[in-house]
Amino acid sequence: MATFQLKINGKVRKVEVDPATPVLWVLRDHLNLQGTKYGCGMAQCGACTIHVDGMAMRSCSYPVSAVGKQAITTIEGLSANGEHPVQQAWLDHDVAQCGYCQAGQIMSAAALLKGNPAPSDEDIDAAMSGNICRCGTYLRIKEAIKSAAKK
Amino acid sequence: METKKNTSRRSFLISSALAGGGLMLSFSWLTEARAAGKTEALNLAGQWHELTGYIRITPDNVIKIMVPNPEFGQNVMTSLPMMVAEELDADWKNVVVEMAPHDNLKFGSQFTGGSMSVRTYWKPLRNAGASARLMLCEAAAQAWGVPGSEITTKAGVLSHAGGKTATYGEMAAKAAAVPVPKNVKLKAPKDFTIVSRSKKNTEGVKVVTGKPLFGLDYRQEGMLIAMVQHPPAFGMKLKSFDAAQALKMPGITGVFPIRLFEEGYERSAFDTRTFNELVVVVGRTTWEVMNAKKKLKVQWEVTTDTKEKVKGWSGPAREEIVPGGLESTALQLTQMQERAKQAATVLRKDGDPEAAFKGAAHVIERTYTAPFLAHNTMEPMNFFAHVTAEKALLVGPLQAPSLVTGTLAKVLNMPVDKVEIQMTRMGGGFGRRAYGHYLVEAALISKKVNAPVKLMYTREDDMTYGIYRPMYTATYRAALDAEKNLIGFHVKGGGIPEHPIAANRFPAGAVDNYLAEGWEIPSNITIGAFRAPRSNFNAAAEQSFLDELAEFMGKDPISFRLDLLKRAKANPVGKNNEYDADRYAGVLELVRDKSGWGSSAQAGKHRGVAAYFCHNSYAAHVVDMVVRNGEPYVEQVTSAIDCGIVVNPDAAQNMVQGAVVDGIGNALYGALTHKDGAAEQTNFHNYRMIRHNEAPKSIDVHFVQNEIDPTGLGEPPFPPVFGAVANALYKTTGKRHYNQPFRPEGVKLQEKTGE
Repeated sequence: MATFQLKINGKVRKVEVDPATPVLWVLRDHLNLQGTKYGCGMAQCGACTIHVDGMAMRSCSYPVSAVGKQAITTIEGLSANGEHPVQQAWLDHDVAQCGYCQAGQIMSAAALLKGNPAPSDEDIDAAMSGNICRCGTYLRIKEAIKSAAKK
Repeated sequence: METKKNTSRRSFLISSALAGGGLMLSFSWLTEARAAGKTEALNLAGQWHELTGYIRITPDNVIKIMVPNPEFGQNVMTSLPMMVAEELDADWKNVVVEMAPHDNLKFGSQFTGGSMSVRTYWKPLRNAGASARLMLCEAAAQAWGVPGSEITTKAGVLSHAGGKTATYGEMAAKAAAVPVPKNVKLKAPKDFTIVSRSKKNTEGVKVVTGKPLFGLDYRQEGMLIAMVQHPPAFGMKLKSFDAAQALKMPGITGVFPIRLFEEGYERSAFDTRTFNELVVVVGRTTWEVMNAKKKLKVQWEVTTDTKEKVKGWSGPAREEIVPGGLESTALQLTQMQERAKQAATVLRKDGDPEAAFKGAAHVIERTYTAPFLAHNTMEPMNFFAHVTAEKALLVGPLQAPSLVTGTLAKVLNMPVDKVEIQMTRMGGGFGRRAYGHYLVEAALISKKVNAPVKLMYTREDDMTYGIYRPMYTATYRAALDAEKNLIGFHVKGGGIPEHPIAANRFPAGAVDNYLAEGWEIPSNITIGAFRAPRSNFNAAAEQSFLDELAEFMGKDPISFRLDLLKRAKANPVGKNNEYDADRYAGVLELVRDKSGWGSSAQAGKHRGVAAYFCHNSYAAHVVDMVVRNGEPYVEQVTSAIDCGIVVNPDAAQNMVQGAVVDGIGNALYGALTHKDGAAEQTNFHNYRMIRHNEAPKSIDVHFVQNEIDPTGLGEPPFPPVFGAVANALYKTTGKRHYNQPFRPEGVKLQEKTGE
């Protein structure tokens, strides 16, 4: 067990956990931030995607001991009330079916657009292919990313 | 016992004033029985053919609509309330929705599956809305001293020509005292203002902001985390285990075995028998339990044949022999080949198929196979349970609460009315969550540790402890005369452990001499419903075969099917044909037109077409394929669907697009194979799922416009994708693909040269 001071969604949160604990479980079990989802536990599906200093990371395979002073953003911290352009685009295109993977999809998309404000289809494929959607909403996700890119 | 007929007739509405002056309306065919104290006489498990709608209006004009069925992406949290709001003439902006509690007395079957939600709730929910509207009109009429028939409604406002107006909220308390109207008239489709107009997902904002909607997100104070260790292979069971190391791990509070069903237990239709004994690890946090699970030392042993009692839906329990031992996919394929040569059960026979084949100038015979498939819902199986001496509370994601309540009561030795199930949003279902074994496990664990518990499966647990789509094969044969006319059709299909054949579907009814047969090989690998059960294989095999047949006959594949359907319509063979030939032809004609099939503009494209009927609806797809980096890539899809009236068009389009993507993925990549009983795919690194870069660039969805009551949409678009992909793959490569998944790993595809 060790104590960590984590910068999460603009606040400093203190947790006492095994240093090997993936950030995913720190968020879900210790900080009651349930928006970040468990899907595979091995960085293969993207449901657990968060931002670490703005970069998309798979929190299920990212130990809390590696975070250090970097700032973590989760879906709950992307915007106060869903007004981030990517979230708005998701609503405009009514993307979600079951919705379980969508927090991870949105976090991956937001990180993509931050670094590449006008992505091509190929850029979107490259950035998003680590995020599985079992309901098959990929087309709408792509349309939503293109809409958000215009804002 | 009430019969279905009686209960329909007894449908009626009750109303009562809510605290705060609101109006509560609820439909229940059982309310009468309940009022008369006769509920004991009603069989709680199998009687819920009727449904219940439920409206609450607050004085400040918020209209709450309870949704009886749980949401797993099929849009019921939006489309079912739209049906109520339509007849109520509610202002959609003032509508809020809420998942109803599990209560068969109030809400009917609450079953999510079989593409049935919209279909079965179509009339009851509209009746609820229409009745409430009339009661509000009557309340206003009394208040204003005018006849009720003179009151009009629009967007949640009551008006009279004399100038008076009131909101629904203002009249709600009064309306609660109005007698319930009889023989309510429902709107004609042409008068709809909400239904058939696209409405955004009512839970969209919660989804995109990461609100805790799902079962895995549910928490309670003092809740422990539990995981199970199941046998590493089908055909193995627990022998002994050593908990010492696991118990020493931090945060661990318990390690113990559970047994789901005692010897002699009569399983119901949805009780599964995958692994009856499990080792459980309970602790404070997920990560700690995951780590402790790795420290378990468990001895397993190979099973022998066992006898199981299966009760099914009705009648006495029958005995089922579950074979012992370890099964492997390679051996199963050989077993299927051998079994297919032997006699099978005749499922349908028209004319004289033997003579037709004997006298045929040409016989075409092709055999198709498909593997087990794992559902792979993105949210793995999980459930919360808190079992005390007084009651059992269970909260989480499942499709069929009513199918597991009785099981829980039996296993916990508790009256049915002490078992409360609350339904959360589901992170996917696809049939998997119709099987409630994970609730039984959660309940037994909670009972044992005497605390609230969240049971969760890891992805590996979820994939290897499956209720899979069965493994299938079918041999199709066609007899043709010297002029290449189709004179006989024979399908003989089998599966492990169920055959896929739907004997009364197309092309039954269109061929004079027809034979359908089925056979089954028992297995200890457990199977269950998977999006469009059986159809998801039949549409692949049969639609590929018809494509090949059309080619041999020198006919266009769409014209060939239309000719057969013309025959089935004009002069049908046999009596029990399940499909409507006009609607079937309708989707083929629509997809032909919309895809520009056969036009010069589309020349040179590698196109495949397929159509299928299941779950009361009709779907056809045209798939355009290219080879990209040695991989088949479906670039564009045109879809035509007839599911009757489309309640929420944009969401319906989303559903069809998703089904197409799902179909392409499973057709090309999907497979769950076994070696010595163990699943060879354990997580998404070796179970290939379709991803962003493999999804088509466009999927154009077209609905047949008609005024038929909604049939179903969640499943019907899925099966024919497999056939269309197979047929496009042939056009692309010049080779027919008979065995799924069509895309073996590590082989570069060559595009066919010349057309």
